[in-house]
Amino acid sequence: MNALFVICGLGILSLVAEIFSLKKWLLAVIMAGLAAAILLVTLEFGRSTLHFSEMLLIDNFSLGYIGLICSVSLLWFWMSGGYFTGSPHITDRSAMVLFTIAGAVVMSSFNNMAMLFLGIEILSISLYVLAGSRKESLFSTEAAFKYFLMGSFATGFLLMGIALVYGATGSFQITTIAGYVTSHKNELPFFFYAGVLMMFAGLAFKISAAPFHFWAPDVYEGSPTVITALMSTVVKIAAIAAFYRIFSICFSSVQNTWGAALQVITVLTLVIANVTAVYQNNIKRMLAYSSVGHVGYILLGFMSDSKSASGVIFYYLVAYAITSIAAFAILNALEEKRRAVTIENFNGLYKKKPLLAVTMTIALLSLAGIPPLPGFFGKYMVFALAIQNGYIALVILAVITSLIGVYYYFRVIIAMFFKEPVSEEITTEPSLTALIYILVGLILAAGIFPDSLLYLMK
Amino acid sequence: MMTVFLIFFPLFVALVLFALRPSNAKIWALAGSLIELAGSLVAAAGFVPSQEHQFVVDIPWVTSLGLHFAVGIDGIGIVLVLLTTVLVPLIILSSFTSSYTNAPTFYGLILIMQMALIGVFTSLDGLLFYLFWEIALIPIYFICLIWGGEDRGRITLKFFIYTLAGSLLMLVGLVYLYYQTPAPHTFNINALYQAGRSLPEEAQGLLFWAMFIAFAIKMPVFPFHTWQPDTYTVAPVQGTMLLSGIMLKMGIYGLIRWLIPVVPAGVHTWGSTAIVLSIIGIIYASCIAIIQKDFKRLIAYSSIAHVGLISAGALTLSTIGIQGAMIQMFSHGIVVFALFYIIEVIFERTRSRRIDDLGGIRNAAPTLTTTFMIVMLGSVALPMTSGFIGEFLLINSLFQYQALMGAVSGLTIILGAVYMLRTFQRSMSGEANSTIVGFADLTNHEKLVLYPVVILILLLGIYPMPLLNLSEASVESLLNIYSNISALGK
Repeated sequence: MNALFVICGLGILSLVAEIFSLKKWLLAVIMAGLAAAILLVTLEFGRSTLHFSEMLLIDNFSLGYIGLICSVSLLWFWMSGGYFTGSPHITDRSAMVLFTIAGAVVMSSFNNMAMLFLGIEILSISLYVLAGSRKESLFSTEAAFKYFLMGSFATGFLLMGIALVYGATGSFQITTIAGYVTSHKNELPFFFYAGVLMMFAGLAFKISAAPFHFWAPDVYEGSPTVITALMSTVVKIAAIAAFYRIFSICFSSVQNTWGAALQVITVLTLVIANVTAVYQNNIKRMLAYSSVGHVGYILLGFMSDSKSASGVIFYYLVAYAITSIAAFAILNALEEKRRAVTIENFNGLYKKKPLLAVTMTIALLSLAGIPPLPGFFGKYMVFALAIQNGYIALVILAVITSLIGVYYYFRVIIAMFFKEPVSEEITTEPSLTALIYILVGLILAAGIFPDSLLYLMK
Repeated sequence: MMTVFLIFFPLFVALVLFALRPSNAKIWALAGSLIELAGSLVAAAGFVPSQEHQFVVDIPWVTSLGLHFAVGIDGIGIVLVLLTTVLVPLIILSSFTSSYTNAPTFYGLILIMQMALIGVFTSLDGLLFYLFWEIALIPIYFICLIWGGEDRGRITLKFFIYTLAGSLLMLVGLVYLYYQTPAPHTFNINALYQAGRSLPEEAQGLLFWAMFIAFAIKMPVFPFHTWQPDTYTVAPVQGTMLLSGIMLKMGIYGLIRWLIPVVPAGVHTWGSTAIVLSIIGIIYASCIAIIQKDFKRLIAYSSIAHVGLISAGALTLSTIGIQGAMIQMFSHGIVVFALFYIIEVIFERTRSRRIDDLGGIRNAAPTLTTTFMIVMLGSVALPMTSGFIGEFLLINSLFQYQALMGAVSGLTIILGAVYMLRTFQRSMSGEANSTIVGFADLTNHEKLVLYPVVILILLLGIYPMPLLNLSEASVESLLNIYSNISALGK
């Protein structure tokens, strides 16, 4: 709970920082604040409390997610220093990012549909602005506009769904709805199910599961790279957390309503995303499709009871988030003034900057699910869970799409190690080098000690 | 603790190499691998040839997944651990004349590979076995990708995806088995044995194929071999040695340790099909080897033939078959290492691997010719060489299994003699070709690499008992399990 106050406070501080000419220290203050927020989360751990008329539920689940969101944000700020210092809008930009994070925190700890809606809106509106923050670029503007249009459309669905569910159950409270649904299982009106499915579609858009993913590649490509990194880590974590709270906790007793839909979108997401990623030459687009593909693997985890799923999904997200941050940090370093980074820009990176190449390799191997990296354990647990619940055909499909994944991730690796280097120089700042060492350490630690993360969700 | 040392010492040396990047990385790597060899000899000396696992360490690692870091050495494992620790220093030594760019990385990767291989041969936990199995793929992939030959990007990717596909199939099989163990589930090897054996025959048959295909790709057995000739040819010579000398033994080891005891009924039903596939591979690969012009490719195909025989013999489920597989794994490892090294020695002098470009080397380099002769005879399984004992036991076991299969697989010796002797004749005797002008004989360094192998080939050919004794008790106990099961079934 205190973490949310800290983040909102930092956001407001950013807004007024211009007036008090704190610009120089702003980033340092924000990072220190986020570190403090992580500390506060760990102090609160183990207790379960309700806040704001029972609208926010702070339990181990939400604390785990808030801790993850804050940690990833901290790494993200470290990685994207250039995005802020290189522009006159440092205070606006950092305030927007902080509000995005605040929205993400609300999305992972809501206990009330209204709070869910608020969280999504706080997060989305800031993101629309951030997606268009590279004002001189047409693509950035296009991304913002597209994201805004599609996003509002999905929010409409979500809101309509919430209204219908409210109409059927008479409550916005997650726990009340869950109780009502279980006790009145056979007398729910038809529009309750329509509402559940509409919420499903709305949230599927937010987690960018196929066929609601069409915005993702364009928006990811057009937005500034660091914002893409933010979207595919912090925003994705929050969206998955919200999805879990709604479907695995609130609507778990009517799983037969949305279970079939979930299977369909899982299959579509796995196949479409992984196959399309093969044809991408632009690395940002490739990572966008890969991030959609990873949602498919996470969705596999939703097909079991909520208890065993929560730890698995959380671990998968941790693994996915830290490796993505590493991949984006390197992409960002390579990008500089170029508009698009293609596979050719990675040619011979190993000869020029071995550190970057090796880190990128570790990140890609983890995303591809090669042991002993965390991406492997994440996929492994999801697959094992699905096998346990009897979805063997789905697991075999997921195994095949993982192999396709290896193909497109390895194209980058082959370019880095095998192709002749391009002549241009790449500069790496000491802060990036330090960040890279930390990220590699975190990736390896998450792979070698998965138990500690799983324990958080128990 | 001995096992833990053997697994992690190479990793430690590799990390030191990565961190310090010393200019004489090869010396460091050699010293590290020699210490490792000494360690394994100490382990072998302390090893009691019984059926039990020794030097066992069992630490819970990821409790929620039932994953334990459980390792130990038994009679089957010790032979392969010795093969690994003997070959790695020789492989490192063989690279001393060629200067690789980025040497610390190169040698570090070789040592990480060694770590994974020892891990595979000592794991007593299904998931741990899988982890090491996969980790072994990464260093060899990068060794081939960074230091390999032409068109390596495409070829190594095919190699990687091909083997990964097989391993994932195996993983699905292992997870399925895991859920068959009594709750709380475990990957413990004995629990998996129990779980696998209690399954109905159809389920065992499916599991058999899931795991056999993974092992068959690694070895490789026909028709899963298409990645192999290209990969062997394109890899740098040390990579080829690692692949053919040690890595393909992972497949056979998997067959013996993780297939036969787990799904005996599956082996009972499908074993003959797998044997037929292996025998087709023997004949097919031998015939292709005969028409090869590239020396390295020829040995790659011959390797498919040899390994097919080992796999067929092991699947006969007889003591002589599996004992033959054990000794032939060791023998094939050292022989194929020596063959690839001789190709490299010739290549360094002539810049050619085409057999037609060579000729009359005998006059210029008598020592090389003699060494090559002994190694080649080991490869074609002449009596008094290590190859003979292994192939004799294997063919014998196949003959007892079914006379026709024994007869057909016996062709491997004849066909092997055809392509090896022809190659020997073309390159060593005959008219001196223009490419071999000024061909120098073996240097002292090259002798240092080849002589230990020659000694081992002869020693094992004349007196193989020490090696056979090491593994006998474990093989016997493996087969006892099998005969008990099939007796119950009938």
